[in-house]
Amino acid sequence: MENISFNELKKIAKKWEMKENTSKIALLGDCATQYLCVAIRGMCVKKRINADIWEADYDQIYAQIFNSESEMYAINPDYVILFFSSEKLLEQYETTDNTKRNCFVSEAMGNIEQCWKRLSQVQGLKIIQFQFVEIDDKVYGNYGNKIKNSFLYCLKTIQYQILEKACQYNNVYLMDLNSIQSDIGRNLFFDEKIYYLTKSTISFTALPLVADRTTDILRALQGNVVKCVICDLDNTLWGGTVAEDGMSGIQIGELGTGRAFTDLQRWLKLLKERGILLAVCSKNDQNTVLKVFRENSDMILKENDFAVFVANYEDKAANIKYIQSVLNIGYDSMVFLDDSCFERNLVRTLIPDIMVPELPEDPALYLKYLKDLNLFESASSSEEDVERTEQYRRESKRKELQRQFASYQEYLKNLNMEVTNSSFDPFHFPRIAQLTQRSNQFNLRTIRYTEAEIKKISQNRDYITQYYELRDKFGDHGLTGIVILKKIDRDALFIDTFLMSCRVLKRGMEEYIMNHIIQIAKKNNCIKVIGEYIPTVKNGIVKNFYNDMGLRIHNKNQWIINVNEYKNKTTEIKEKAQ
Amino acid sequence: MYDMSEKDILMKLNLIFRDVFEDETIVVNEETVSDDIEAWDSLEHINLIIEIENAFAFKFSMEEVSTLKNVGEIVDVILKKSKQN
Repeated sequence: MENISFNELKKIAKKWEMKENTSKIALLGDCATQYLCVAIRGMCVKKRINADIWEADYDQIYAQIFNSESEMYAINPDYVILFFSSEKLLEQYETTDNTKRNCFVSEAMGNIEQCWKRLSQVQGLKIIQFQFVEIDDKVYGNYGNKIKNSFLYCLKTIQYQILEKACQYNNVYLMDLNSIQSDIGRNLFFDEKIYYLTKSTISFTALPLVADRTTDILRALQGNVVKCVICDLDNTLWGGTVAEDGMSGIQIGELGTGRAFTDLQRWLKLLKERGILLAVCSKNDQNTVLKVFRENSDMILKENDFAVFVANYEDKAANIKYIQSVLNIGYDSMVFLDDSCFERNLVRTLIPDIMVPELPEDPALYLKYLKDLNLFESASSSEEDVERTEQYRRESKRKELQRQFASYQEYLKNLNMEVTNSSFDPFHFPRIAQLTQRSNQFNLRTIRYTEAEIKKISQNRDYITQYYELRDKFGDHGLTGIVILKKIDRDALFIDTFLMSCRVLKRGMEEYIMNHIIQIAKKNNCIKVIGEYIPTVKNGIVKNFYNDMGLRIHNKNQWIINVNEYKNKTTEIKEKAQ
Repeated sequence: MYDMSEKDILMKLNLIFRDVFEDETIVVNEETVSDDIEAWDSLEHINLIIEIENAFAFKFSMEEVSTLKNVGEIVDVILKKSKQN
């Protein structure tokens, strides 16, 4: 994010407009929140997040949460931001009797957890809790770290216990306010005079940063996550150019300037291990650069850390378009790293949706700059994250095989695809929830579910659930299709959720699943199946899906079919033999 | 901070006022008070204070912010603080 002032953000906030399907945010704080509210509204407009924010009156957290008739419940928010301030906590500590301070932590945690519990009663509500910033009354100096009842010790304990407790609540997300204070320092984060005049515990310098990080969480919760980093090589992943300096002359390794590039590679490797895809896009001879990966022992990243590897002399925009076609993810979920200003501008101009950080001149500053951008905010994680790169590498191999076949049908047949499917089980809840949050393209209704909601649905007898795992002769695609059906009107099934990972489109999976839905309907004595399409910016590819499957128009954006009228669609995919 | 005359300070403040209130027609003088500008509410007051601090590289005291009566007094504070530097 470029540095933007509160004043500029305030102006942008004035341009806010109500749109369709606007998310609603309720902001509750025990300190002044009116400036934060303006900053968040401005950031939402700036980052094109479709959200409206309502601010409770000063210090009304409990009043709004524990009164069922409160204004907050009346507006039916999708998100509640809870801002318990450290300054208020200190006030509470100071007014707690000296002899009762040993209960201070458990009381404070108890109050917070009561709020989470009460808010969790609202279906689908997500809580964004600001972490406490570290402040100190300094009455013991450093020794406060060894005194359990000191404010410092209590605050640090509360900070830690919040981490532990939040793990137990799938609907609570933590905004690390303390890390923002660490980045810029207390002197810039807090303005004493502003605090005494307005009770705002965040300075005007820090407000834009806080709004930025908070809206990063909103974006992740709405499914806008970065999925791939495309890297240039010369002067980006190593110092120097391999063409001129030779394989051993490039700067990489433990010592000297090479260390900056080594650290960057180590970080990229961490990203890959957590499920971000890496790709290479380099203007070099392919064999020359592959040699570096294979033979330079100082390299941290190896060839198989990359899902796609492109090295040639064509223009980078064209190469990035090729990478996109292999991975089949949106350009707006990709990041492009290149030290060359020329290449950055070229790609930005030709592919406006892709994110191109303006890397600083000095490679020593690459890593800090990239970390400060907070590009990899997330709202979920699952076991499949670890495997993701390997999945995409196999996909590259499939694409190569395809070129060998005269017809696409023959190629599909040759893949020997098999599906295993089952109703939702606890082991798969995380991956299922994650898919509902990330899938944007082949997603008929784009309903986002948390793990807790998936669990509820799986236990509800009005719902029939199925997940689908696809395998072919190259390997396992993992869990790639999800269907949630709701029984309505005693003899009908409504397709609440029908989504597929974009990795497996156009292989016959769509037809297989549709056939299966009709089978399920018949098994459950349902005569009708109804599907709905809710249009979004990203799911245009399924606009006519139900029409193509032979259903007829029912109401606005809905299609219906009688199970006896449905004709099974051909597909090369078979159910796995038991 | 180099020596600015009252006139220079007023001119610079005028630019800040025009930016904060998004109104190119604003002309402030020593007697201007918050009632003179419709958008000048308590939220904008603090925003204005911060913008002035950033532009002139100094900090108001808590007392000064709460007792300022008109733009003339802002100019006086800026003059005083610039002499201190």
